[in-house]
Amino acid sequence: MHRYTLDYKKQRTIIIVTFIMIPVAMLITFSFLPLARMLYYSFTDWNGLSKNIENVGWDNYIKIFTDPDYFSVFKVSLFYFVASFVQLAIALYFATILNFKLTGKNFFKGMLFFPYLINGVAIGFIFKHFFKVDGTLDMFLTMLGLESWIQKWIGNPQIINVSLAATSIWRYMGFNFIIFLGTIQSVPRELYEAAEIDGANRWHQFRYIIWPTIRRIIQLNLLLAINGSISVFEIPFIMTGGANGSKTFVIQTINTAFEKNDFGIATAMGIILLVIVVVVALLQRVLFRESEVEA
Amino acid sequence: MEHRLKYTASAVFKYITLIIALVAVIIPIVVVFIASFKTNLEYLNSGTLELPQSFANLENFKYAFIDGKMMIGYLNTIIILAVALSGTILLGSMMAYAINRFKFKGRNVLLFLFLTAMLIPPITTQITTFQIVKFFGLYNTRWAPIVLFMGTDIISIYIFLRFMESISRSIDESAMIDGASYFRIYRSLILPLLAPAVTTVIIIKGVAIYNDFYIPQLYMPKAELSVVSTALYRFQGPYGKRWEIISAGIVITIVPVLLAFMFLQRYFYNGFTQGAIKS
Repeated sequence: MHRYTLDYKKQRTIIIVTFIMIPVAMLITFSFLPLARMLYYSFTDWNGLSKNIENVGWDNYIKIFTDPDYFSVFKVSLFYFVASFVQLAIALYFATILNFKLTGKNFFKGMLFFPYLINGVAIGFIFKHFFKVDGTLDMFLTMLGLESWIQKWIGNPQIINVSLAATSIWRYMGFNFIIFLGTIQSVPRELYEAAEIDGANRWHQFRYIIWPTIRRIIQLNLLLAINGSISVFEIPFIMTGGANGSKTFVIQTINTAFEKNDFGIATAMGIILLVIVVVVALLQRVLFRESEVEA
Repeated sequence: MEHRLKYTASAVFKYITLIIALVAVIIPIVVVFIASFKTNLEYLNSGTLELPQSFANLENFKYAFIDGKMMIGYLNTIIILAVALSGTILLGSMMAYAINRFKFKGRNVLLFLFLTAMLIPPITTQITTFQIVKFFGLYNTRWAPIVLFMGTDIISIYIFLRFMESISRSIDESAMIDGASYFRIYRSLILPLLAPAVTTVIIIKGVAIYNDFYIPQLYMPKAELSVVSTALYRFQGPYGKRWEIISAGIVITIVPVLLAFMFLQRYFYNGFTQGAIKS
């Protein structure tokens, strides 16, 4: 067994260096270096190619907040922000009812969660088909005699963001649901049984057992909804490419960089997004310090 | 009596809402499934919920697999998954071992850097990451997504770190009494004990890589380098009007995940619940 001649002190150094080197190098190269470059370019007028890089100070940032062409995309985020409340409410409702005895519980659990696992491109296409003129939704409305409700779901700029936000709920609700269910199930069974003996109905059980357990997780999710709604990308990008007023902040950023070649503005947008995310994360740290310990 | 009535009413309501959810989840998918077996003529002339004349009509799948490059897509996805996952598990577990077991200078700075990096929204940094990837000559190679999935993967390191905390140090100590080297302790004792964390990482990362669209889309525009999601995305051009072929592509994309989920349900639930703790 004493084949190793290196003492533990030397080994320790070797292990620390070799085990950490690659991840750290990658972290710097692919996370912090891009970030530093973003920060730098956000104060320039770089077009992605030219050797001439002019420093423009805060101009890019000012432009984003004053030019309605850029600013309007924040409005689109609001649709997704509101949708995340609906999403959390649905998730909480189903997590609560599936916490109790129910025929077909496992089936329903799987069914509610599964959409979260589906490829984003597939979901985009599925719902393009669902919302298109004479598509699945229109057919259903006709079947129910509600032809008058039919709209150009993804053609009309007035409702396109509602349709896309609904798709987003469809995709992500299962994730919140499974987290909520996991949290609720961490409550010992006996507590419900004791409550039931004391004559508590389902509402009482929800109000006095489930809600206190899950309150913090919900508050946390509401806070994170800010990040989620500003980072929306895949669903609108795949379904509409940002057409008909469905352009989100991230789509705008990507287009500004790779189509308009306006890297100055695009990187400034990236930095703004990052600042929002970091502020939310700091808020979370301040507001949820205790809950993190128990999680 | 009244009590019982109220209970029944709430049970009915419960099942009604569940059935509504069932319809909402399943109908959009079923419609696609049905369409994938129809011929073009049939698709254009039949109702959305009308069953195809024959479920043996696999023409659309053949188109999707071969012309649509879904076959190549699968191959590339499998290669990328295998390399990126092995790399992530190896690097992540090594890193977690070193950080958790040794108190060295700069350890806290390192932890701080990794946790901060978790906040950076990856999609926006692609603007500048793109130049870096190009600089290393990785553009239009499978290495671009592999390296990015491995290098910007902080969640797995976090999962490994948390799991390391639950592995008692007395295991290391008794191995050291037997003269085992640190490397041996990592490889023969710690790594096997990390198995549950490895499963979690495989599930979370596996689903994320399989479903990722933008990284392959941005870094591998070459058709031979299509992955499942980009191959499907490219159906929009040539098959824009051939919904039955797009449907076959969608079905091909969903089926492997559905099968994996059905057989490994418990692992999926555990994986995603544990992985969520990171936020």
